[in-house]
Amino acid sequence: MIYDMEFETLPREALEAIQLKRLQATLQRAYATVPFYRDRFREFGVTPSDIRCLDDMEKLPFLIKQDLRDNYPFGLFAVPKENVVRIHASSGTTGKPTVVGYTARDIDTWASLMARALTAGGAKRGDIIHNAYGYGLFTGGLGVHYGAEKLGATVIPVSGGNTKRQITIMKDFGPSILTATPSYTLHLAEVAREMGVDFRELHFRHGIFGAEPWSEAMRRQIEGDLGLSAVDIYGLSEVMGPGVAVECHEAKAGLHIFEDHFIPEIIDPETGKRLPLGEVGELVFTSITKEAFPVIRYRTRDITRLVAEPCICGRTMVRMEKVSGRTDDMLIIRGVNVFPSQIESVLMMISEVEPHYQLEVHREDSLDILTVKVEISQKLFTDEVRGLQNLERMIAKNIKEYLGISAKVRLVEPKSIARSEGKAVRVIDHRRL
Amino acid sequence: MKVEQISIFMENKAGRLAEVTAILKEHGVNIRALSLADTADFGVLRMIVDDTQKTDLILKKAGFTVGKTEVVAVEVMDTPGGLHDILEVLREKNINVEYMYAFVQQNSDRAVMIFRFDDVDTAITHLSARGMTVVPGKRLYSM
Repeated sequence: MIYDMEFETLPREALEAIQLKRLQATLQRAYATVPFYRDRFREFGVTPSDIRCLDDMEKLPFLIKQDLRDNYPFGLFAVPKENVVRIHASSGTTGKPTVVGYTARDIDTWASLMARALTAGGAKRGDIIHNAYGYGLFTGGLGVHYGAEKLGATVIPVSGGNTKRQITIMKDFGPSILTATPSYTLHLAEVAREMGVDFRELHFRHGIFGAEPWSEAMRRQIEGDLGLSAVDIYGLSEVMGPGVAVECHEAKAGLHIFEDHFIPEIIDPETGKRLPLGEVGELVFTSITKEAFPVIRYRTRDITRLVAEPCICGRTMVRMEKVSGRTDDMLIIRGVNVFPSQIESVLMMISEVEPHYQLEVHREDSLDILTVKVEISQKLFTDEVRGLQNLERMIAKNIKEYLGISAKVRLVEPKSIARSEGKAVRVIDHRRL
Repeated sequence: MKVEQISIFMENKAGRLAEVTAILKEHGVNIRALSLADTADFGVLRMIVDDTQKTDLILKKAGFTVGKTEVVAVEVMDTPGGLHDILEVLREKNINVEYMYAFVQQNSDRAVMIFRFDDVDTAITHLSARGMTVVPGKRLYSM
């Protein structure tokens, strides 16, 4: 099913005409109302009228997370404060939070895009949506909520936490759609099991999961444990919130970007140059309909590639592959870009569960040496030294085969890799560059 | 007829072995036999203890990766050629020894060797058939 048949299936040419018109309007408005954009554009010697076609976008400066922090809290708003009807903010784990605002029309646009996204995930009018994304400053809960209402579904605004009560609600209310982060979903499944509730006997048909990266292996696990069809949804508060892109449940092969509202670009994170369609790089978004908080060439730091081939679902919008990593974590080893997530995929093939690992790089005689430390698990352990050495060799061989780089693999004791706030520190770079 | 052996993954770090023995001491576990296989980075500590279940539990609780393996204990005459007689049987029957180590036993004319075979049952059958004494776990733990 497609929610907005007219726009979601626009022919390329018509779509690009709309994009250009909306882009030019956004640039004019941002330039006129946000001192930051005016100053930055002048610095780069560019004005909105220089952008005559979509390719001209390359002349525009990037917007980065630090710019948002520097203009904390409302410095990048493009409308008078009395027109802002909603504020959201990121958690700000690394520094000040970033604050975003919405006009009434922005909220309505967002709701429509979320209605599109929920439909792509398999929801329809009449469905009961169990919405376990957190409600609050985080965009997840309210984003899904407004979309669900727009769609005409019944929404249970359960938010996160109080997991046992959530299971009871699921049993009693019979929701058919689950929206949550993938990690909380696995937690829900575990608690249900402890309570003697079989998820597969509940009424769920579809789940729309996002707000954090998750793998195909996790999709298989969620679909198997919960007995539903799972799609990935993408968004970030700086750009809007959830509903920037979503997988269709028909193909589950990449996330359709709602290009009539956001223009995606893929750039080389090192040089900032735009990459040809299909190449892997950093995802950059420009919002072209937002009023309160327009973003122009915002660097998401998410690594992915775009796929233009038509999709079986009928949507014409370009797809982005599941996000494969973050530029923050990128390592360049002997000239090859390496993301921790790539190493993670290789390890997943071997152990079938997410292992704890850490990448260490140092330099010996001007040569980069990558060491991959992997925590031994009960499952991987064998009391034969030869078996353990074979395991190390097999991991190294797979890394070489899939990523094209040589790595030294070292098995280490469980819990020996430092974790900060529960998250493992993935990369230690000893090189002085 | 099989004996249960506890094995632990250990990084080669100073004092790591002492941490294991401290835990065993605290819980009153007696080590009956022990061997350490190591590489440059890590080692595997293998032990026969008087209470395998308990040791498995307390070491896992202390965060170690613990494995349990079935091994075979065979009595060897404490005279020249004693070990050779056993190995001869294994060679004849083409049974591969993954590793082996000796068991400490006081005041006896016999020693006990611990063997890890890839095919434990076949090994026991052939050794018993040739009159070798395979020591059951129960007896060994309290030797």
